[in-house]
Amino acid sequence: MLWKVEIRPAPTEPNRAGERLAHEAEDLGLAKGLHVTAAHGFLIQGQLNHEQANQLARELLVDGVVEQVRVAAPGEALWNEPPSAKHRHQVHVLPKPGVMDPVAQSTLTAINSSGFMADAVRTYRSYWFSEVSSDTLPKLCGKLLANDAIEQAIVGPLKIEHLDVCTEYKFKLQHVAIRELDEAGLMHLSKSGQLYLQLAEMQTIRDYYRKLDRDPTDAELETLAQTWSEHCSHKTLAGRVHYRGPEGERVFKNMLKETIFAATVAIRQQWGERDWCVSVFKDNAGVIKFDDDNHVVFKVETHNHPSALEPYGGANTGLGGVIRDPMGTGLGAKPICSTDVFCFARPDFPVDQLPAGVLHPRRVMRGVVSGVRDYGNRMGIPTVNGAICFDDRYLGNPLVYCGNVGLIPVSKVNKEAKPGDYIVAVGGRTGRDGIHGATFSSAELTTESETLSGGAVQIGNAITEKMVLDVIMQARDKNLFNAITDCGAGGFSSAVGEMGAELGAQVWLERAPLKYAGLSYTEIWISEAQERMVLAVEPAKWDEFHALCAAEGVEATVLGTFVHTGRLELFYHGEQVADLDMHFLHEGRPPVVRPATYTPVPESPINWPTQVPSGWLGSNEVSPQRAATEAGGGASTLRPQPPEEKLTGNDLLKGVLSDLNVASKEWVIRQYDHEVQAGSVIKPLVGVHSDGPSDAAVVKPVLTSQRGIVLGCGVTPSYGDFDTYHMAASAIDEAMRNCVAVGADPSRIAILDNFCWGDCEKPETLGALVRSAIACYDVAVAFETPFISGKDSLNNEFRITDASGNKQSIAIPHTLLISAIGQVADVRTCVTMDFKKPGHQLYLVGKTNDELGGSRLSALLKLSGGAVPKVDTATAKRTFAAMHGAIQAGLVASCHDLSDGGLATALAESAFAGGIGALVKFDALPGDSSAANRPLVALFSESNSRFLVEVAPEHAGAFEEQLRGVPVTAIGTTTHEPRLVVEIAGSSQHVIDASLEELKAAWQAPLNW
Amino acid sequence: MSVNVLVLRAPGTNCDLETAYAFERCGARAERLHVNELLANSKRLADFQVLCLPGGFSYGDDIASGRILGNQLKRNLGSALGEFKAAGKLILGICNGFQVLMNCGLLWEQSEFPEPPATLAWNESGRYTDRWVELCVDHTPCVFLHGIKRLPLPIAHGEGRFTTRSPEILRQFQKDGQLALRYTNATSDILDEPLPFPLNPNGAMANVAGMCDATGRVFGLMPHPERYIDRTQHPRWTRGEGSDPGMGLQLFANAVHYFR
Repeated sequence: MLWKVEIRPAPTEPNRAGERLAHEAEDLGLAKGLHVTAAHGFLIQGQLNHEQANQLARELLVDGVVEQVRVAAPGEALWNEPPSAKHRHQVHVLPKPGVMDPVAQSTLTAINSSGFMADAVRTYRSYWFSEVSSDTLPKLCGKLLANDAIEQAIVGPLKIEHLDVCTEYKFKLQHVAIRELDEAGLMHLSKSGQLYLQLAEMQTIRDYYRKLDRDPTDAELETLAQTWSEHCSHKTLAGRVHYRGPEGERVFKNMLKETIFAATVAIRQQWGERDWCVSVFKDNAGVIKFDDDNHVVFKVETHNHPSALEPYGGANTGLGGVIRDPMGTGLGAKPICSTDVFCFARPDFPVDQLPAGVLHPRRVMRGVVSGVRDYGNRMGIPTVNGAICFDDRYLGNPLVYCGNVGLIPVSKVNKEAKPGDYIVAVGGRTGRDGIHGATFSSAELTTESETLSGGAVQIGNAITEKMVLDVIMQARDKNLFNAITDCGAGGFSSAVGEMGAELGAQVWLERAPLKYAGLSYTEIWISEAQERMVLAVEPAKWDEFHALCAAEGVEATVLGTFVHTGRLELFYHGEQVADLDMHFLHEGRPPVVRPATYTPVPESPINWPTQVPSGWLGSNEVSPQRAATEAGGGASTLRPQPPEEKLTGNDLLKGVLSDLNVASKEWVIRQYDHEVQAGSVIKPLVGVHSDGPSDAAVVKPVLTSQRGIVLGCGVTPSYGDFDTYHMAASAIDEAMRNCVAVGADPSRIAILDNFCWGDCEKPETLGALVRSAIACYDVAVAFETPFISGKDSLNNEFRITDASGNKQSIAIPHTLLISAIGQVADVRTCVTMDFKKPGHQLYLVGKTNDELGGSRLSALLKLSGGAVPKVDTATAKRTFAAMHGAIQAGLVASCHDLSDGGLATALAESAFAGGIGALVKFDALPGDSSAANRPLVALFSESNSRFLVEVAPEHAGAFEEQLRGVPVTAIGTTTHEPRLVVEIAGSSQHVIDASLEELKAAWQAPLNW
Repeated sequence: MSVNVLVLRAPGTNCDLETAYAFERCGARAERLHVNELLANSKRLADFQVLCLPGGFSYGDDIASGRILGNQLKRNLGSALGEFKAAGKLILGICNGFQVLMNCGLLWEQSEFPEPPATLAWNESGRYTDRWVELCVDHTPCVFLHGIKRLPLPIAHGEGRFTTRSPEILRQFQKDGQLALRYTNATSDILDEPLPFPLNPNGAMANVAGMCDATGRVFGLMPHPERYIDRTQHPRWTRGEGSDPGMGLQLFANAVHYFR
């Protein structure tokens, strides 16, 4: 018997889900003034009569205080009755079969352990809408209610009689006739089989099998494709590159190894015994020393392509996946905090200009934030740091970076699978989800991606991963396994292939526990189903390991054994389905030399518009219309031009503050639990009302110790349009100064690189990346700041056919995320960015240059040209060290790093965060005095390595002494009156004179959803 | 004699370590025990004076927060927990633990309320929210709040809107001192009229943040006292606010001292 159990708010409760939906429909321009009621429900199949189904609903499914429930067979007439006369259309939304439905799973288990008998459960949502036109309803379904990649929307009543049971799989060994194929045939196979290998690679495979005198099985070919995929092998960046750029010509055998990795090698050599790196670019995450008992590990990954198709699931499994990296590092680290950085097109992008196959950026942003929230919060891992960049070129390719830090005992860093060890799968079951994720992430997105690659989209189940974490930590401390790794891209094929690379492995695929019947042996082998880890367990310890897992309800299965054969052998019910040489699998990929060229944009002077008079002395008449316009947000270069009128300093500052890249991200931050595990020291939002933007997060991972971890990040894609060298240098500088600003020791900061780039088969795109990698080497070595891990995501391009039939490829801006992990000996020495008291001295530390190229002011005024910020590494290094000394000595009341929006933005943020005003004298402003519009340069230039520092008068002398040898200028004082006033000496005119309230409002308005 | 605290773990529990640590800082011996172990051997309850249900997402909060674990405890350990309570011992539910207590009916007499009289519904904002709130204590028999007048603590939840089935029930709970912990503003004390967001972060009736049973020995609260036991956990410690130890520690100390 199948029962439909539908739950809606009680009459005393508002229908908030319905109200929110109506609101969203209006935001997206789909329909105005809709009446929507929303309900959720369960389809329950089992041996239940109506009374039992009712009882079950009351006891388990409904909250009688605030909800009401109806229980009937799906075909009953009562389901056709609208909740009111206003309501006309009914829509049901169900997850597509095979899509992970954690709530249904838990409900089924709970039903059966409550004494009822059920054999299948599916969840659904249902909606009633007021009258809408016949073409609006499908739009509502497609753009708002359901995502076709994972859900189906059914208009009208739900005609379902039973929940389907999967058909059994009938074994048939498949071979792929590759030996006869010519070039065209090989490329067709590569594409149609979703292998996404290049011609030279396909040829190598073909020739290899010709020599073996047999055809590969499908499982063998898939294993090769997964292992050789861009995602798993990083063949482009870790490959041969012939580069021609402003530095001259360079030929790389392994580009990453000779730039990023080489920097770390050089730094470690220089350090000798002082070296605090433990394991870099080797394991699933980089490992550095923390204290006598523990090391810390850090990894940042991207999950861009899945998030473009299904933002919630993509981000959800993106965070879930990167958490498994520390869990799979050494013998398992405990995840202690996460970081997330996103790049979107602006959320008010015109709906009617959206290309086919692209989700609206507002929906992408909401989905991504919810996905990260639901995974991180459920895992009990605080999300403490992040950033969001907006640029319309991210429209078809949003970027989702997820990072995780773990803590690992010093004795648990090394792992080694031994011959004879069992290959053990732990955690979630294997299903058809995520098949071809590794190869798919190496392909370009097209308008057809949604239908072609739907299988690559997944939903996570955080609780399964939390349960796995709980048992792995215990098993680690009882020494119950020899090695561990996560099942990420490529699933078992990558995990077992990697772990057994030096040995060999025999795997019995039919042993893998499945979510449902019907999977072929190859699907089992390459499925990327989430929440799975692979361990090497000694047979003698298997019983104890298995019992530990069973006690906490975690599934653990012996899939095979590691053997000393050098071969990867797969079996399905006794039949051999693959027999691969490990050496060919890991070393057989042919080297490809890729050409790379780079020419930076030549520097040109800024084209100042007429709104800003030369030698600007704007008086301060605030135009309310202007303030309102700018408060609407200004992330993009595609906004309509402001009317030609004189702008005041207040206008410019408020315009920059309400640039989406600068504006408050509180709506996002507060949805993340950033305090679980009780180690929160510097929170992402600080100040008197806890709403100011912190420069970095500080976490105390060991409850009994005062030693802290500092997390910061740098990402400056707008500079990449000028010169990717300076973009990379600026990103490193930003990540460093974020950490230094809160108190991190600059000599103990490690960094990670994550390149998200366009199609690197294009020489100029690859050249831009190589140029930034060269900068990474130069700056890291100069700062003595080692890279410890990294990852790249290439092919972030979106192909569309425009209205006139022309094919276009939109590439994302070159985007390099630098994530920094710093340390502080005693967290009680940390400082925050909010002004603390009136009457304190304000200093600008660092040198201001005429560097408005790519700045937020340039974006606001649509300026072109200008110089992009550069890094003077020698001065920066001295500045960081001097600032750390001052903070350690307790001389600093507040410190804010200068980044997007320059000094003016930092002044405003520190002032409104602290609820304390500032009076800044103009003649004291430093900078290149020959620059045109010098006040604008002083206020809005984004020169690197700078800080705004507040110092109590009694510490001023000591502070200046401490900063000797570093550019430092006294620029004013903090004031009692809650205003930011910037004045020109000798003139009665104020450049800026604004209340903190209006500045804060401009900063908070754009993303206050 | 050391006070023994059982910190109950279930799939998805995630505040067990820091909660156990808070009890230990107060001199208790805290043991983190998986619910499966307790289900297999409910006699283990006898080893403890305090049962603590910590925060997290038990069973993913699938269906509703605390629902599955609450039902599991009610169904399989109902009488054992009843005996535990009757023996004069203490039960504390924090955040998800409070949601579990509401679902298993330990905060009122089942005989008096055949249907649950109150619940923790979705926040009025419809969103999970992490922020600090200002709290004050009503006249209450609550053991955990003894000697505390007001304190700041962080909340982090999606479903925390305290709601009763009827205004009469709310009045009765209030009369009995059961509406022990309330959201408040910087200047006021107990306010029955719901404060606006963010002072009352979820829209709870009568600004209720925590509720105890009539004896004061069973207590559930949405805020996280284990997240404020050190000064550096306070959101404005760099502005000179906050105390060492953090004020949240007093709740755990009260539980431990109750048995001394």
